[in-house]
Amino acid sequence: METLIAALRSLLPHDSVITDPVRLRTYECDGLTYHRATPGVVVLPATAEQVARVVRLCNDFGVPFVARGSGTGLSGGALPREDGVLIVTSKMRAILEVDLDNRRAVVEPGVTNLAITEAVRDRGHYYAPDPSSQQICSIGGNVAENSGGAHCLKYGFTVNHVEACEIVTPDGDLVTLDRMDPGYDLLGAFVGSEGTLGIATKITVRLCRAPESVTTVLAAFGSIEQGGEAVSAIIGAGIVPAAIEMMDALAIEAAEAAVACAYPEGAGAVLIVELDGPAAEVERQFAQLREICSGAFELRVAADPAERAAIWKGRKSAFAAVGRISPAYIVQDGVVPRTSLPGVLAAIDRLSAEHRIKVANVFHAGDGNLHPLVLFDDAEPGAGERAEVVSGAILDLCIEHGGSITGEHGVGVDKSRYMPRMFSEDDLDTMQLVRCAFDPRGLANPGKVFPTPRLCGEVPGVRKGVHPLVESGKAEQF
Amino acid sequence: MTLAATGVTVRRAGEKDSVSGVVPRWVALPETVEEISAVLRACEEQDLAVVPAGGGTKLHWGHPPERCDVLLDMCCMNEIIEHAAGDLVVRTQAGVTMDALAATLAGKGQELALDPPFAEHTTVGGTLATATAGPRAFRYGTARDLLIGITVVLADGTVAKSGGKVVKNVAGYDLGKLFTGSRGTLGVIAEATFRLHPLPPERRWIVTRTKVADLAGEPLRRLAASQAEPSAVEIDCPDGRNATIAVLVEGSAAGQRAPALRDVLGDGTITAEPPDWWGLILMDDVLLEVRFPPARTVETLAAVGETRFSFRGSPVTGQAYLELWDDVSEEELTAVVDRLRARIEALGGRVTVPASPYEGVDRWGHVSTLPLMRRVKERFDPGRRMSPGRFVGGI
Ligand SMILES: Cc1cc2nc3c(=O)[nH]c(=O)nc-3n(C[C@H](O)[C@H](O)[C@H](O)COP(=O)(O)OP(=O)(O)OC[C@H]3O[C@@H](n4cnc5c(N)ncnc54)[C@H](O)[C@@H]3O)c2cc1C
Ligand SMILES: Cc1cc2nc3c(=O)[nH]c(=O)nc-3n(C[C@H](O)[C@H](O)[C@H](O)COP(=O)(O)OP(=O)(O)OC[C@H]3O[C@@H](n4cnc5c(N)ncnc54)[C@H](O)[C@@H]3O)c2cc1C
Repeated sequence: METLIAALRSLLPHDSVITDPVRLRTYECDGLTYHRATPGVVVLPATAEQVARVVRLCNDFGVPFVARGSGTGLSGGALPREDGVLIVTSKMRAILEVDLDNRRAVVEPGVTNLAITEAVRDRGHYYAPDPSSQQICSIGGNVAENSGGAHCLKYGFTVNHVEACEIVTPDGDLVTLDRMDPGYDLLGAFVGSEGTLGIATKITVRLCRAPESVTTVLAAFGSIEQGGEAVSAIIGAGIVPAAIEMMDALAIEAAEAAVACAYPEGAGAVLIVELDGPAAEVERQFAQLREICSGAFELRVAADPAERAAIWKGRKSAFAAVGRISPAYIVQDGVVPRTSLPGVLAAIDRLSAEHRIKVANVFHAGDGNLHPLVLFDDAEPGAGERAEVVSGAILDLCIEHGGSITGEHGVGVDKSRYMPRMFSEDDLDTMQLVRCAFDPRGLANPGKVFPTPRLCGEVPGVRKGVHPLVESGKAEQF
Repeated sequence: MTLAATGVTVRRAGEKDSVSGVVPRWVALPETVEEISAVLRACEEQDLAVVPAGGGTKLHWGHPPERCDVLLDMCCMNEIIEHAAGDLVVRTQAGVTMDALAATLAGKGQELALDPPFAEHTTVGGTLATATAGPRAFRYGTARDLLIGITVVLADGTVAKSGGKVVKNVAGYDLGKLFTGSRGTLGVIAEATFRLHPLPPERRWIVTRTKVADLAGEPLRRLAASQAEPSAVEIDCPDGRNATIAVLVEGSAAGQRAPALRDVLGDGTITAEPPDWWGLILMDDVLLEVRFPPARTVETLAAVGETRFSFRGSPVTGQAYLELWDDVSEEELTAVVDRLRARIEALGGRVTVPASPYEGVDRWGHVSTLPLMRRVKERFDPGRRMSPGRFVGGI
């Protein structure tokens, strides 16, 4: 490590190489704070070329490297290696180009998600994927996690909004993956690869035109079941809202305690539905929606942006808010087919009762993405373990119902052990072929996503010409 | 194991089974994922090269295969496994035709928002493996954006899946994206799961004729940015000077939204039917594809106008096919492609040649990520037995 650090210092400006133990410790975890490791060394490159040089150096020394954006990840994807280099993109925060004529922006990886929208909002455009962490999280992190947001039901995920990505490959080459290029969709494979296929150093994103009209509705139901039925009816009516979010009573209680969101009292569930698009279309869909939500005991419609923000306030603060009603909690992220939601929620209730662990439910109801908040008191002996059991059992429920162990937070270190429950050994080995093509030496963010991956080994020799068996006549049986 | 010993239906191939002039020895007709796997395992043991085939409508695209022993005909993999209408998801075998799929989905008021022409012949697998864009790519993206899960069979018979049957899912690498557009060179697509959309209650096309010169500047940009939200904008331009523009608006209140789009165009007819050329290519023995920045549409049209090719495609996504109605010699085609490529690349675009009877033509141009693609190919198909040589750089 000492010689590597000396070499890094010769490559980068002095203040871009961090070795001071106190400063190193500020990078020891991401948003998932119970996995921690002090990085061997932290570098803050300012250019793609510097990233490439650092990665080449890691290759020379056979040392692993981990990319880090803003460190808001919730699966330990940016967990550093004590024997490795942490490459932080916080000095790469330039918006390089805004090209509204082609509805694109070219940005450096450290730019925050919201900064892109802010750069074009006054010209009637925005960047669509909107994770709740959008004020802080970096676009590089979004690309690595294929992040979604409340509005991805209608608009899709990061992968649907990235047109090109310049990357430093795990062996230190600078290449551009472009949707326009013929050949394999390497860009599609790269997005969502959690930093294991290289480091994004420049990203071209698609910009969307702001919709003409937005209508945000808050519907309060007596029970989660009624809320769920309304969601089914909306989809059944052929409406694709920009967002459909649901919160249960416990989550509402937490939000109330934290931000006084003033959601209707006594609600077993609230549904937030946002319709957007051409005014004439939104108007018609709103009429349908009103009909569908006739079972709601209260229906609020936001008349202006301030009222819209008030409706969203409770939902957006829900994660942090449970801190008000519980000393400790686990944020889970799983997906089930939307129509399985009622059954899965009932099963979560049973788990909760059985293990005496409360679960608050906040979810993207439109696409079946659950964010159960598993609450416990870390001062109570055994409570943490019981919460872990419930949290894990929820993922098993997701798998049983044909869903996924993660809808947006990624696998990281946290869920790699669940991968074999969702995928067969052959599935995982096949994914590993992609890994080996990009990173044969396994230096890019090792230990993430896949449980104990196999070594890549040599590519079997390429055989050409007539097979010996055919030549000898043995293979002509048919 | 021999092919015969797999128990899978196999017949001797004939002239009509040829792939770009290469006649295979056998045609295998698997009916299940396991049968595909058994065929590929046998081919691995016997070192037989395989080309997967769907409806065969684009089988002549790309280079002729270096060798082809077995044509893997997917026609018997024709079951729609599950249409979960409430989840807006469908899971289907890859040999199902796009028409059959559309009919089933329409029964529940839904659709897969792709527009492959001649859908009665084209298959799900062929559509994925070809992965081109149709008109509505502007709103819905292309096949890769709608695919949420895939089951593939690798050259050695390994069956692998990624994704799943939920719309939102970030567990593991997305093999679906990698196989979409892989032209049969990485393995066989056996099953696919897609996200669906509700069938739009109304559709209107606004159609107008114009001079290409009049398109310069505002109108196209304003169409793309219109808050009336068109689903597609297509241009048909046979000669680089005169063009027909058609704009599709769909959804509820399409009729109400159409006039706003007509105002952007200046004038036009509003109809409930597409123009007869909409999303169609009739001649594809020789076919060029251009990709270009939408803001350079007019220059692109002008550059194409200097050739004998006609232009049909989208000024808002920046993708078009160039069709040719007469014969062309190898020399002429090579010269046209070289010249056009230089012009379009200077605009920030690309020219490729999906179909050509001549091997002298540079089909792909320079692809900077080719070394990485070769590494992917080597990992997935180390024996070079899956459609060898057919795709970029002879992959
Ligand atoms: C309060 C809160 C709310 C959240 N809400 C959402 C939400 O609604 N939707 C959602 O999807 N996520 C959400 N997240 C999760 C998180 O914000 C996203 O995963 C985000 O994309 C991470 O970005 P980051 O810059 O913080 O990345 P980091 O945490 O720094 O890194 C995440 C991963 O990306 C890799 N990485 C970082 N930069 C690069 C790069 N340039 N090239 C290659 N790999 C890189 C890292 O190695 C790591 O594996 C939330 C998190 C918090 C704390
Ligand atoms: C003007 C125009 C518009 C189009 N619009 C669209 C559109 O909107 N959306 C869209 O998606 N497509 C579109 N297409 C593409 C076209 O319709 C598809 O290429 C077609 O669906 C091919 O299907 P097929 O079954 O005939 O494939 P085939 O001709 O049988 O095969 C095509 C290629 O795919 C490979 N292949 C076939 N099946 C498999 C399999 N199961 N596994 C692996 N490889 C396989 C073959 O080896 C071959 O390389 C458009 C094409 C044109 C010309």
